[in-house]
Amino acid sequence: MKVINTSDITEKVRDLCIEANHRLSPDMKEALKRAGEEEKSPLGKQIFSQLEENLKIADEDTIPICQDTGMAVFFVKVGQDVHVEGGSLTDAINEGVRRGYTEGFLRKSVVKDPLIRENTKDNTPAVIHYDIVPGENIEITIAPKGFGSENMSRVFMLKPADGESGVKDAIVQAVKDAGPNACPPMVVGVGIGGTFEKCALMAKEALTREVGRHSDIEYVAKMEEEVLDRINRTGIGPGGLGGTVTALAVNINTYATHIAGLPVAVNICCHVNRHRTVVL
Amino acid sequence: MEYRINAPFDAETIAKLKSGDMVYITGTIYTARDAAHKRMNDALDNGETLPVDVEGNVIYYMGPSPAREGRPIGSAGPTTASRMDKYAPRLLDLGLKGMIGKGKRSKDVIDAIVRNKSVYLAAIGGAGALLSKSIIESEVVAYDDLGTEAIRRLKVENFPAIVVIDSRGNNLYETAINEYNTEK
Repeated sequence: MKVINTSDITEKVRDLCIEANHRLSPDMKEALKRAGEEEKSPLGKQIFSQLEENLKIADEDTIPICQDTGMAVFFVKVGQDVHVEGGSLTDAINEGVRRGYTEGFLRKSVVKDPLIRENTKDNTPAVIHYDIVPGENIEITIAPKGFGSENMSRVFMLKPADGESGVKDAIVQAVKDAGPNACPPMVVGVGIGGTFEKCALMAKEALTREVGRHSDIEYVAKMEEEVLDRINRTGIGPGGLGGTVTALAVNINTYATHIAGLPVAVNICCHVNRHRTVVL
Repeated sequence: MEYRINAPFDAETIAKLKSGDMVYITGTIYTARDAAHKRMNDALDNGETLPVDVEGNVIYYMGPSPAREGRPIGSAGPTTASRMDKYAPRLLDLGLKGMIGKGKRSKDVIDAIVRNKSVYLAAIGGAGALLSKSIIESEVVAYDDLGTEAIRRLKVENFPAIVVIDSRGNNLYETAINEYNTEK
């Protein structure tokens, strides 16, 4: 049985927080570059070049890509043959967030209570989703989530009779309602099936999938392409100021569901779609 | 059109700005977002004076990341303006002349913009590192305990923004989208 110490986890999480907020993953950078070339609106093109320059400044001068360095969301896959030593795994991750956001000059955007709203001043607690998997590794993915786009996300409890076309309409409607508020060009994460909470979680996790990689399920991959095309026909464009590129990708995850239901969740992310993974 | 303009904005500047114009702003602006707006609104409810005189001034909806040593500010892009819609008409009626943010505004805000001959501009959301380069000074002037949500006085130089809603109520978010919409 492999032993992993919590101090290693804290250290890795600290570094992930800082790295994710200053440098986009290569797939996102590439997608933005390609979209800038494809954009037809002159103002839209100008915005893409500003976004590219923004990424360069963030990287070279160590300034967060966006001031909203997000609520720290984690997907943690814990191998069932791993033994964690030195305390609680959750505490270790939160300590990494505390150190990453404090030492990395990242914004502290978390309030302790949703109604009393007092800032915790260290961006904790994180939102952590655990999964138990075979093996003896711990895989930690961070996806710091800004709330400009989070606020525009939706869950639709559709009827089975609504079918594929109902699902597509729901996704496009969510994007249209979001418009300029969600900082387009966006990445659209979608969960179809499961239960109320399962589809929301799938939508969130879909955002961590590499942009440009489609679902392994053939009909779902086709849906991803069709919905992306429809979204880009809305004209919302970069910054919501009109254009031919509104989204960079639509990533759909699916799961079994109940005979009576068709849950659909749409989790929208801005062009600063940050995600980083480390394996211990 | 493209203009270099000074902040605070004078009446002549506001009158010439049209929805869709690109501007580079130099001068003094103030930051305030959710919590600061709530506090200002509570202050007005209680008959108190505001810590910053909004008359004639420009508010940038922004909460920066912390500044590293030797820098005036951290990442500093706009936040979603609609969360301030509840408070904005009251400030506009008190003489606020400009708002910088991103995203849609309510009808009440647009009406108040027209009524008071003000203007709403958008900075590019998510370009906080780039925008920070146009901010040359930053000083907390009120509500220090709010951290990133405190009211700051900023000195900006050639800060890039786009006129979304002009003083006549034209709205770029509506017109520009129609131009590129190719839905069947």
